[in-house]
Amino acid sequence: MSATPPHDLRARHSSHRGRVQYRTALNEALAEEMRRDPKVFVLGEGIGERGGSYKVTQGLRAEFGAGRVIDTPLAEASFTGVGIGAALTGMRPVVEILFIDFTMLVMDQIVNQAAKVRFMTGNQARVPLVLRTQGGAGNGLAAQHSQSLEALFYHIPGLKVVMPSTPADAKGLLKASIRDDSPVIFIEHKLLYLTEGPVPAVEDYMIPLGKGDIKRTGRDVTLIAWSNMVPRSLAAADKLAAEGIEAEVVDPRTLVPLDEELILASVRKTEHVVIVQEAVRRGGVASDLASIIQAKAFDYLDGPIEIVAGLNTPIPFNLALESACVPQEADIIRAVRRVLGRNACL
Amino acid sequence: MANPYSKAFLTGLYRQLWTIRAFETRCIQLYRQGLIRGYLHPYLGQEAIAVGVCAALGPQDYLTSTHRGHGHCIARGADLRRMTAEITGKQAGYCQGRGGSMHIADMSQGNLGANGIVGGGTAIGVGAALSARMQGKDSVCAVFTSDGGVMNGTFGESLNLAAAWDLPVLFVIENNQYAVSLPVREATREPELYKRAAGYGVEGRRINGNHVLEVYETAAEYVRRCRAGEGPFVIEALTYRHAGHHVNDPGTYMPEDQKEHYRKMDPCLLGRQFLIELGGASCEEVAAIEADVQQAMDDAVEFARQSPETTIEDFLEQIGGDQ
Ligand SMILES: Cc1ncc(C[n+]2csc(CCOP(=O)(O)OP(=O)(O)O)c2C)c(N)n1
Ligand SMILES: [Mg+2]
Repeated sequence: MSATPPHDLRARHSSHRGRVQYRTALNEALAEEMRRDPKVFVLGEGIGERGGSYKVTQGLRAEFGAGRVIDTPLAEASFTGVGIGAALTGMRPVVEILFIDFTMLVMDQIVNQAAKVRFMTGNQARVPLVLRTQGGAGNGLAAQHSQSLEALFYHIPGLKVVMPSTPADAKGLLKASIRDDSPVIFIEHKLLYLTEGPVPAVEDYMIPLGKGDIKRTGRDVTLIAWSNMVPRSLAAADKLAAEGIEAEVVDPRTLVPLDEELILASVRKTEHVVIVQEAVRRGGVASDLASIIQAKAFDYLDGPIEIVAGLNTPIPFNLALESACVPQEADIIRAVRRVLGRNACL
Repeated sequence: MANPYSKAFLTGLYRQLWTIRAFETRCIQLYRQGLIRGYLHPYLGQEAIAVGVCAALGPQDYLTSTHRGHGHCIARGADLRRMTAEITGKQAGYCQGRGGSMHIADMSQGNLGANGIVGGGTAIGVGAALSARMQGKDSVCAVFTSDGGVMNGTFGESLNLAAAWDLPVLFVIENNQYAVSLPVREATREPELYKRAAGYGVEGRRINGNHVLEVYETAAEYVRRCRAGEGPFVIEALTYRHAGHHVNDPGTYMPEDQKEHYRKMDPCLLGRQFLIELGGASCEEVAAIEADVQQAMDDAVEFARQSPETTIEDFLEQIGGDQ
């Protein structure tokens, strides 16, 4: 992916604090939490010496040793189960599953085990486990390495679902996820790892789960987006501004728990809503957000809610087809014009 | 043969064997009366495995259990009142009536829970062992599984992980020769299940799972060696269900002569024989244990009957509202 030598990445942590890469922010969060709490450890495929496919665990083996940075064989279901067992007995594991697509091998452990234990045991036990994974299309990785599957986890009571869009959010939310006592599905986006942004240099920078963020303020329309759809919506909003349309971009950051109030407040202000979701449209989180908004802010809406989402299809390999299957800036712009009654063909 | 067992030890084993027998027999009655709902998989016929293995565990140890898990829970020292309350869905149960037969757990005793998913607890047990080692605890985890559980991919994965990481895990395969109606020999070309251990560089052994002392001795040796860093190990305990897969399965596929053969090797009868012949107990003493167990069972059922129902308000309040 990148030619950055391993040591450089970590050397950059403290030097220029100005802009930090998303993957570096995640790395900082892991390292800080591991330093703070000896119960935190990480396990996954190729995360040790190799530092992980996206370099998020770079340098952790050197600092914390092989005992806390554990390279696992290709046995996703079982090493996630190992994480659950460790979480049940006093540890705080962070399990890495290389691609969200591979969590399909682990669904029993996530859905029937991790999500259920606390409830089935009458509150006797907690599963403070973070399952870090990454999803999304954009690199021509085709149908089994490009999916956006957050809706599957969103659907399961007992799981929290976190999807950061910026380096600062990635860091603050990962730290909070590690300290949370529930199983957290922490979904990164493969196109975001190399993006840069400011990360507060304060000690213990944390963002509580369930607190969304206004990424851009605006009076005319509310654009709700998460993960990689946030930068895409912001880019669309810049173009729309040139037409005199001021879009407010709301990033819930965590889908479960959901910051409903932040979303509803924006809707009450702008009275127009476009929800942007990379995942396929059918059965998606966007549809659920639309149902929440119409139930709780119907009287404020000036028209139907628009959903811009992926096509209901597997992601094709061909790059042109791939981008045709997931929402692009132009799709967002057209949807905004439509809800505002402007000419959508322009 | 020198007898290394004290009367008190043999009494303890027999009391547990008989408690499981009485508990399961009573649960079947309660099920027929409609007091227990859902699935109920009796442990009848397999009692010696849970009792022998748990006798070899210490208070710091863990276990993960299966859908046929009442025996493990009792052998680990569960309170019959709270167990009965759980299985009848009452607030006073171990899991406040939210788990039931297939999910009963007692974290305070390191019993990480029964499991409704065959094979679902195997990796979790390996995680408990890893966690214990990371925390510098001297704990072993007994992972109970079944002939059906071994056919699931997580068994191989988990055994491999435990072996690759030298973890103190004792895998206990309760080979009762059927997964519902599927005989082991139709499920695999190699019906001697312990042999799978060798493929992962792990020592394993097949033993008579109805013989509580043989189970105890094997488990004690393996637990000791787990603590010495030699784990994991595999025990294949050969046994037999006394009846069908669950209360409503008549088990017509189980041949009569096979049932008869195993009835003669009833683990409770064998346990009673050990208590009398090796422990020097009298028939009156045995009868007194059984009467005592019966009374505890009656008391537990009465307790469960009197226990208040759990409510949706309690449940939602505890979990922090509608999720
Ligand atoms: C993954 C999974 N598949 C199927 C079932 C349904 N089921 C419950 S118990 C059982 C048979 C289990 O046989 P075995 O593993 O030998 O255990 P035993 O019942 O003999 O104790 C089956 C198929 C299940 N609970 N979980
Ligand atoms: Mg079986």
